[in-house]
Amino acid sequence: MAVHTINFEPDDRYNAFLKVCAKPSHGEGKLVGIAIAVKDNISTQGIETTCASKILKGYVPPYDAHAVGLIKNAGAAVAGKTNMDEFGMGTSTENSAFGPTLNPRDTGRVPGGSSGGSAAVVAAGMVRMALGTDTGGSIRCPAAFCGIVGLKPTYGRVSRYGLIAYANSLETIGPMATNVADVSLLMSVIAGHDRKDTTSHDKPYDHTPSGDINGLRIGVPEEYFGKGVDPEVAAVVRRAIGRLEDLGASTVPCSIPSMEYALAAYYVICTSEASSNLARFDGVRYGPAADTRKSWHAAYQDVRKQGFGPEVRRRIMLGTFALSSGYYGKYYAKAQIARENVRKDFARLFQDVDVLCGPTMPMIAFKLGEKSDPLSMYLSDILTVPVNLAGIPAISVPCGKVQGMPVGLQVMGRPFEDERVIDVAYAYEQAVKP
Amino acid sequence: MVTEKDVEHIGELADIGIDTAELATFTGQFNAIVEYFDVLDRVQGDDAVTRDLYNVLRDDVVEPSLSQDEATRNAGAREDGFIKAPRVM
Repeated sequence: MAVHTINFEPDDRYNAFLKVCAKPSHGEGKLVGIAIAVKDNISTQGIETTCASKILKGYVPPYDAHAVGLIKNAGAAVAGKTNMDEFGMGTSTENSAFGPTLNPRDTGRVPGGSSGGSAAVVAAGMVRMALGTDTGGSIRCPAAFCGIVGLKPTYGRVSRYGLIAYANSLETIGPMATNVADVSLLMSVIAGHDRKDTTSHDKPYDHTPSGDINGLRIGVPEEYFGKGVDPEVAAVVRRAIGRLEDLGASTVPCSIPSMEYALAAYYVICTSEASSNLARFDGVRYGPAADTRKSWHAAYQDVRKQGFGPEVRRRIMLGTFALSSGYYGKYYAKAQIARENVRKDFARLFQDVDVLCGPTMPMIAFKLGEKSDPLSMYLSDILTVPVNLAGIPAISVPCGKVQGMPVGLQVMGRPFEDERVIDVAYAYEQAVKP
Repeated sequence: MVTEKDVEHIGELADIGIDTAELATFTGQFNAIVEYFDVLDRVQGDDAVTRDLYNVLRDDVVEPSLSQDEATRNAGAREDGFIKAPRVM
């Protein structure tokens, strides 16, 4: 295969890249010569991969994530690694050990998170496409806050092999770009079966977006427009849904009762999985070295105290608590039942409607430093986490502005109907195209 | 109600290395979050999570993998091609 290089010298004024590959090479294929940025929790052979954490400083993966191998095989050039909330734990990209990323639309505001770096490099025009990951909204939130398109694929459709695990039952790799056609193109490359991921399904994606949504039935869940949602954001999204009606879709009011406890269930499950997944960071196999003269626990604790940031330590402890003797039944077991109830609520609604629509985020991008207490940050994930609990696909597409800042329309679909949410987003995008 | 003693204990279980000076902050945040988690008391039903894939395994045969050098290259301490770890005993 012919190997070429491109010159890549982005003007990164937003601290969006953790690492830039100045002369990345590429081969031939349907992504030929396209510079693609990769979130820093996705393994890249020979390129430092830190998850924006001090505990992985200097870690150079000996292999590529499956999705990275696929984009390289399709001719893409890996342009660099993007900033994120440490291990994906956050909604603003402020929890990075290497400083926050700024929102290119307003540098006084956060880009959203945790894939804030990937969203910012796309929004600022530094790259055409990026890979992000979405555990509880980490692709859709920054897509909404930065005014780009981001798809959270159905769980199992894109291999997680080489994605450094945080909450493995919830998270997935997905495509981000300025427009729906590019998101669809990148999805067509990264989707498909991988035997190295035991949760992988054999569902390739080979789809050309279509703007024909005549006859489509759209469910509009009242919870997505209720308490805690900025009325101005809600109004912009309602107008966007009106545009979809103009294109021949019909809307049905509906309700997702399990949303009452979906966010709590999400945080119990993701922190529990984090406490287990992040046990591997002990300074032995990778990262800053443990002091081998000390006892096991003392050496471990030194490395983890210095290597993990406050939010990561908080979540590991919360998860340890939720799984500990005496609390497992009250928290973890209940959260799993809640998760099944969320899945059943979606399944019931999808008997009557084809997709669900609502805002991606309950507010526009907040100011840097605005949300200083952890719980208030968690609450901003209320509209994105139900999708991860149910494993269904969802896309965020820009649908207007409030106070000059972008608002995202979220379209959620049945499992493995990623094509349909792409089509709805595409129909909207084409209809409002100037 | 989560106490500072509880947080200290959890910190030990998780090997997170917690300072006495941090205990008050973490405990306060824990209480706010755990109080929010109490909404799970209202969850009805007892259905287990539905899974559509079970025990995805491959045949137990040797396949190509990383070399010893590649697999140990990121370790902080190595000796004779092995990873050196703190003493357990």
